[in-house]
Amino acid sequence: MTDTAGGVGHSPIRPDARSKTDGTFDYASDLRLPGMLWGHTLRSPHPSAAVRSIDTTAALAMPGVAAVLTAADVPGANAYGLITADQPVLAADRVRYQGEPVALIAADTLDLARLAAEAVAVDYETLEPVTDPEAAVAAGEYFRYQPVRLGDPDAQAAAVVIAREYAVGMQDQAPLGPEAGLAEPAPDGGIRLHVATQWLHSDLEQLAPCLDLPPERIHLEMSGIGGAFGAREDLSVQAHMAMLALHCGRPVKMMYDRAESFLGHVHRHPARMRYEHGADEHGRLVYVKARIVLDGGAYASTTDAVVGNAASLAVGPYEVEHVSVDAWGARTNNPPCGAMRGFGGVQTCFAYESQMDALADALGLHPLELRRRNAVAQGSKLITGQTVDARDPRRDRPGGAPFSPLADLLDRLDALPAPAPAPTARPGGSGDTTRGEGVRRGTGYGVGLKNVCYSEGFDDHSTASVELRLEDGERVARVHTAAAEVGQGHWTLQAQIVRTELDVDRVELAPNDTRIGSAGSSSASRQSYMTGGAVRAAAVAVRALAAGRDLADGPVEATRVFRHRATKPMDPVTGQGDSHVQLALCVHRATVDVDVELGLVKVVELACVQDVGKAMNPLALEGQIHGGTAQGLGLALMEALLTDGGRVQNASFTDYLIPTALDMPPMRIELVENADPDAPYGLRGAGEPPTLSSTPAIVAAVRDATGLPLTRVPIRPEHLTTGRLP
Amino acid sequence: MTPPAGFDFHRPADLAEALRLLAADPEAVPIAGGTDLMVALNYRRARPRALLDLTGVADLREWTDEGAAVRIGAGVTYARVAAELGGVLPGLAAAARTVGSPQIRNRATLAGNLATASPAGDGHPPLLATGATVTAASAAGERLMPIGDFFTGPKRSALRPGELITAVTVPKAAGPQQFLKVGTRNAMVIAVCSFALALDTGRRVLGTGIGSAGPVPLRAGEAEAVDLPWEAPDRFGEGLAVEFGRLVAAAARPIDDVRATADYRRHALAVCAARALRRAWAEAHPEGSVRCG
Ligand SMILES: Cc1cc2nc3c(=O)[nH]c(=O)nc-3n(C[C@H](O)[C@H](O)[C@H](O)COP(=O)(O)OP(=O)(O)OC[C@H]3O[C@@H](n4cnc5c(N)ncnc54)[C@H](O)[C@@H]3O)c2cc1C
Repeated sequence: MTDTAGGVGHSPIRPDARSKTDGTFDYASDLRLPGMLWGHTLRSPHPSAAVRSIDTTAALAMPGVAAVLTAADVPGANAYGLITADQPVLAADRVRYQGEPVALIAADTLDLARLAAEAVAVDYETLEPVTDPEAAVAAGEYFRYQPVRLGDPDAQAAAVVIAREYAVGMQDQAPLGPEAGLAEPAPDGGIRLHVATQWLHSDLEQLAPCLDLPPERIHLEMSGIGGAFGAREDLSVQAHMAMLALHCGRPVKMMYDRAESFLGHVHRHPARMRYEHGADEHGRLVYVKARIVLDGGAYASTTDAVVGNAASLAVGPYEVEHVSVDAWGARTNNPPCGAMRGFGGVQTCFAYESQMDALADALGLHPLELRRRNAVAQGSKLITGQTVDARDPRRDRPGGAPFSPLADLLDRLDALPAPAPAPTARPGGSGDTTRGEGVRRGTGYGVGLKNVCYSEGFDDHSTASVELRLEDGERVARVHTAAAEVGQGHWTLQAQIVRTELDVDRVELAPNDTRIGSAGSSSASRQSYMTGGAVRAAAVAVRALAAGRDLADGPVEATRVFRHRATKPMDPVTGQGDSHVQLALCVHRATVDVDVELGLVKVVELACVQDVGKAMNPLALEGQIHGGTAQGLGLALMEALLTDGGRVQNASFTDYLIPTALDMPPMRIELVENADPDAPYGLRGAGEPPTLSSTPAIVAAVRDATGLPLTRVPIRPEHLTTGRLP
Repeated sequence: MTPPAGFDFHRPADLAEALRLLAADPEAVPIAGGTDLMVALNYRRARPRALLDLTGVADLREWTDEGAAVRIGAGVTYARVAAELGGVLPGLAAAARTVGSPQIRNRATLAGNLATASPAGDGHPPLLATGATVTAASAAGERLMPIGDFFTGPKRSALRPGELITAVTVPKAAGPQQFLKVGTRNAMVIAVCSFALALDTGRRVLGTGIGSAGPVPLRAGEAEAVDLPWEAPDRFGEGLAVEFGRLVAAAARPIDDVRATADYRRHALAVCAARALRRAWAEAHPEGSVRCG
């Protein structure tokens, strides 16, 4: 490996940097073709209802309306899903959540398509929605139940016991670019889709049976993505615009508005969790019991895998020998929930970190010290029985204590200087609600443990093709993958890897499409590892091929499929099994100022130490840490999609608040490179871990400032003032 | 946004033409900054057949110093209120600084805020606290409305069909003014509740305005009548501030909604009003030994 300019370890400017800042970047919502129609989805206003009839006559009679399609028009199977095909493309006789697609309209303009949707008469018989996930679980309505059993927690005696209930609200990915795409009918009767998605091949696999087309007649091409965070893993516009385009024989564009976007994608599972931690007088964990109920909403989406993560990561990166975890993903008539950054790790992290703080408090220990005493180390076992492999050749001394990557991060976090006492901005911000009146400072810590790549035996792989050619005497490389650039900087990284492996300057990126094999999803913090691994393997192969050859004779090309080591399913009864590939750790310290009289919070600083294995692109990594941390801040302090009887109350950016530049404080970041010998370049997936640990750190800091127990996120101002109401 | 078919767009150059167009087509919807109206269009809550763009009307674009008051033309943006009127209208300028984001403030007008008549409009409390006057005009002529008569219900005002707001006249500050806005994020947020206070040290009058805690922006009449120790300013005590806060909270008529509970709004108003009065009194009596907080 050479230290090439713009190669691995450097921070070259991303190719989309300029166009995204000057407004010229082509997002999926900018797609257009001559003669195209606009598609629109009619959605159910009811969380639960029988569909008695749909009358499309009036809508079809409107001039400029080209088609109105219903379930009867779905060419193939009327069911799709990422793991289980249980979600109708269009509801046939039953709607199970508010916003479920019922009919499709194609018209000359988007406005007309929307008007026509209003003219479709749907006769609903409304039914009582199931909205309480606990009741659903009690009635046997759940997508997955996953227990974890270790030792005998009921037989243990502990010096301190902390038992509390926690709740996490329904966070939304809130990507700034709404769902959009364009479908073009192909001359062979097939279809060509331009779409902003996280996983082209999964879309294709789900579409083929619905459209009743052989997979080779479906071609997908990535379009400009304005944020994803899990929201683009499930199908949104794909099948609908394809149906309309095939039916009309014309290109069809679809684009959601903000309200439809909130109803048209899955959210983070809200959670209710009951935790009991027992510890000895030194603060060492004796046992943990946890009951975790995640609300999966109406359809399966990825709830199965989210429950697996919630269960296997339920106690965090701490050693404990007696564990009992029960985790469910309930089926209700609430909005469907699925993938979002952190994927099942976020909810439990808030609970177990809150528990660790409560234990520290009860024992009079510093929160960092309590965590150090329980931190996993090289050779520790997770609650699933999986061994922590965190060798550090620099630090594992013969006879010494095994290296603990967590204790290492905590020591480094502790060593970071605290922010200045004088605040630069006050709680309440521009509202001028305080000039110091009622303000108290608090500090808190959070630790997150996240699995990287797909777990539980999934055949996780990625494909890359690299070509090296001579152009005007210069060696030029070209990379082709299907990996989604979702803003994380994956294009930049691919080019860096090729530069390093082939010692070239110019690297071209072929459009991401389904002409090449799957890259898997841009999720689970996995693309640097997986597609990075595939690009490296292809580049290394090209290097070998090019060694004995003169490139003037023609280009050299290699395609490689990369797999990480195999994982095992979790045992359905005990939860035991080596289910994860790689584990990533991140720790946060939050400093907050709270106006305790008004219940308003200003996060003053967030310090973060993350083990990234190898800083492939330090600038992009910092971006990921800032972004992930901000999303965790949002969950801690403001982000929740509110439902009432299954109906979303705040499907707009007016009332679904995400942090602004005045909410997100400056960050102090330290990157640690404890290389993982199994991973390409030793890297660890980095996109998700900061989202886990920032939430509990901020909540702990608010607890420190207010003295309140705070067991729900997001914290609302009234949670902080309730005891003070006049 | 795809405009509906058959959409008329008028862009008058002066007020007389604007009023003529409106008289001829009373259903034409005025548009100034568009920061409320475009959202309504996007979400199809409004489907106007014709728009009357006021941004070309030169007569509406300026504010003028009228001696004891400032006359703010309907087309003056919040960015300009914040940047240019902070000295003479500190309460309104403070409110202007909390509206949306810089981009929104560059477009949004005070008159647009009024015409929307949302109980949460940030411009309203300082206008109530200072006793501003709204000038409306139609082809039939002009009329003046005290701000207290302007708001008739949630998103409803006394503006009649065929009328435009041409100006808002705001008395110059005759003492300290305060504006406090509570929101669940530190910027770009609709008020959970807000409070404006204007202290007229010459006339010894206290003005108040409550936002986002009732069907319309409200004044707190009883709170305005608290007995302030004008003759012995250092007798201003914590009890008075708290009592003032209590009276302001009692004047509010809040509801529970997705942004906050009614209880929280009342509590927050009590806190904000007490803080506003303490700050204003301390500013009015810099030598006084006022205990703050
Ligand atoms: C992202 C965002 C953030 C916002 N944040 C805030 C906030 O923090 N605080 C707040 O108070 N508001 C906020 N708003 C709402 C909006 O910006 C304000 O209400 C603004 O003052 C409206 O002014 P405008 O000139 O844009 O009005 P427009 O949208 O042009 O018009 C609004 C209404 O007033 C009518 N109208 C306009 N001018 C006249 C006139 N001269 N005579 C008669 N009728 C007229 C229009 O017909 C329309 O009904 C926000 C809006 C957005 C989009």
